[in-house]
Amino acid sequence: MSERKATVASSSGLHARPAALFAEAAGNAGVEVTIAMDGAPAEDAMDASSILSLMTLGAEHGSTVVLRAEGDGADAALDKLVALLETYLDAV
Amino acid sequence: MQNFPGVGVSPGRIVAPVRQMPRPLADPPAGEKLAPGTTAEGAAEALKAAARTVQEELRRRAAEAAGDAKAVLEATALMATDPMLIKAAVKLINTGTSAERAVWEAAEAVAAMLVSLGGYMAERATDVLDVRARIVAALRGVPAPGIPASATPFILVAEDLAPADTATLDPSVVVALVTAGGGPQSHTAIIARSLGLPAVVAAAGVDRLPDGTEVYVDGAAGTISTEPGEGERAAATAWAANASTLAVFTGRGTTADGHLVPLLANVGGAKDAVKAAAAGAEGVGLLRTEFCFLERETEPSNAEQVEAYRGVFDAFPGRKVVVRTLDAGADKPLPFLTDATEPNPALGVRGYRTDAASPGVLERQLAAIAEAATGSTADVWVMAPMISTAAEAAHFASLCAAAGLKTPGVMVEVPSAAVTAESILREVEFASLGTNDLTQYTMAADRQLGPLAALNNPWQPAVLQLVRLTVAGSAAEGNGKPVGVCGEAAADPALAVVLVGLGVSTLSMSARSLAAVAAVLATVTLKEAREIATLALRATSPGEARERARGKLPILEELGL
Repeated sequence: MSERKATVASSSGLHARPAALFAEAAGNAGVEVTIAMDGAPAEDAMDASSILSLMTLGAEHGSTVVLRAEGDGADAALDKLVALLETYLDAV
Repeated sequence: MQNFPGVGVSPGRIVAPVRQMPRPLADPPAGEKLAPGTTAEGAAEALKAAARTVQEELRRRAAEAAGDAKAVLEATALMATDPMLIKAAVKLINTGTSAERAVWEAAEAVAAMLVSLGGYMAERATDVLDVRARIVAALRGVPAPGIPASATPFILVAEDLAPADTATLDPSVVVALVTAGGGPQSHTAIIARSLGLPAVVAAAGVDRLPDGTEVYVDGAAGTISTEPGEGERAAATAWAANASTLAVFTGRGTTADGHLVPLLANVGGAKDAVKAAAAGAEGVGLLRTEFCFLERETEPSNAEQVEAYRGVFDAFPGRKVVVRTLDAGADKPLPFLTDATEPNPALGVRGYRTDAASPGVLERQLAAIAEAATGSTADVWVMAPMISTAAEAAHFASLCAAAGLKTPGVMVEVPSAAVTAESILREVEFASLGTNDLTQYTMAADRQLGPLAALNNPWQPAVLQLVRLTVAGSAAEGNGKPVGVCGEAAADPALAVVLVGLGVSTLSMSARSLAAVAAVLATVTLKEAREIATLALRATSPGEARERARGKLPILEELGL
């Protein structure tokens, strides 16, 4: 299982457009990606391609999340998603 | 030919086909099971197909939208096929629940979770429920909720229309509004007037007309008829030709004998103000400051407020601009000021009353208004909504003085203010009658309830009497302090004449109504206006009052008003 941590850059946290962009990217990743708040148990991690799950996660600006995935291409997929989270998505 | 009489709330004559607003969806019954012959797999497949259909439709609409609307539609499109939602619904289907009921309950749980997070997330709960309604509609094979899409213009017909329904209304496609329910001061009336669309409400039976039926609508007479003939088509053409001349207000409201009645505009912000100035408004009689901050969870900053107010002042250099302090509550909740759990919001902590519950917000708003005023040449007046007593008026006046604002006033919408106008006017410089809420409180009839439409009519004799009492209060106070009207009543040309006859000194309305009111006012002398007012006051029903007044104003028929 590959794992990455990322800090949420979007000024109002992960919601609406930033969440939609992220969820879509996670859905197209080719591997199943989960997301959880840093420190939360891995079993509680949510489906990163679910915009509703992202919204209920309540990830605020500056908070740290943990992305997990396994299988072929997991590392590359996670790197892309981390980059997305750490971009100021409000400007997109 | 079928006729559907109703209440005309916005003038205009037009012939066009009807499209019915889809009925709100009924909840799938609790405990609904898979239909006989349907397997869980089949139901799950049907659900996923319906979800994909909804997603495609929302993506199509997102492609045609821009800015914030586009972002919200894209996010909502993703929600339709969201893995968490679909998984939860499929789980329920596998226990024997029907697809409709399963998605109903799964979405309910998601929405509840979002509401519990509060703030921005709580607002997205509406989007989840909207997606749910669309998925259920797709499963049932009925039209999705919302204004029907159409390539050609049509007349929108509904039982009633809510602000959410009309948010995306495109007046180049929707050419008139007709409701079977609703009343003269309902949302339908307000939006029709602001968009300049003919509208008729309380026209029983119209919601049964098949889509595509061609009808003739007369928004002033309040009638809808099927099978329009030559006469109706000619009237519609004449209206279209006239409407462009009627749209021109020369900028000076006056009676036939030269008694000036300044005609001002009701605006919600700088954009409205610029349009109102272009339409010839002599100033702003009502700046609804809460409209500048409707989406907001937190109090707007001083800088934001100053910018918003100055935008309005700059559109009217050297002219009067009357600012109403935040009127939050009831149908206009502002999360940072009002409590959504009140049992009777219309009778609750709203308007001026929020100052006691949230001290400081009003002071900061007054400071921002004063700051914006010093940077402009507009003559800025300030008034508080929902004032009920002289003590409140005095307190508000002292807050204005502390902020350096020289012309404090009050809205007269609570009946107590009309009845004790003399003592209230001793404390402030002017009063402005908010006839929409004044009618609601006087007749004890919720503005938003269709069955009470007849009561919520500003022609009600009791309401006219309170206008008279307010003017009398000013006369008794002895300093000629002006009493204006800024409610929807001012936009009705016949009622505007009655108000002038009752002694009202200024009229403020949506900019589109200026020309019509000016045209009618210009045909009567002040003495005639007073006579018409007396006739209206003596009537014992709103219908009688209106008929008597209109009977003395032949120009109304000529202009199709």
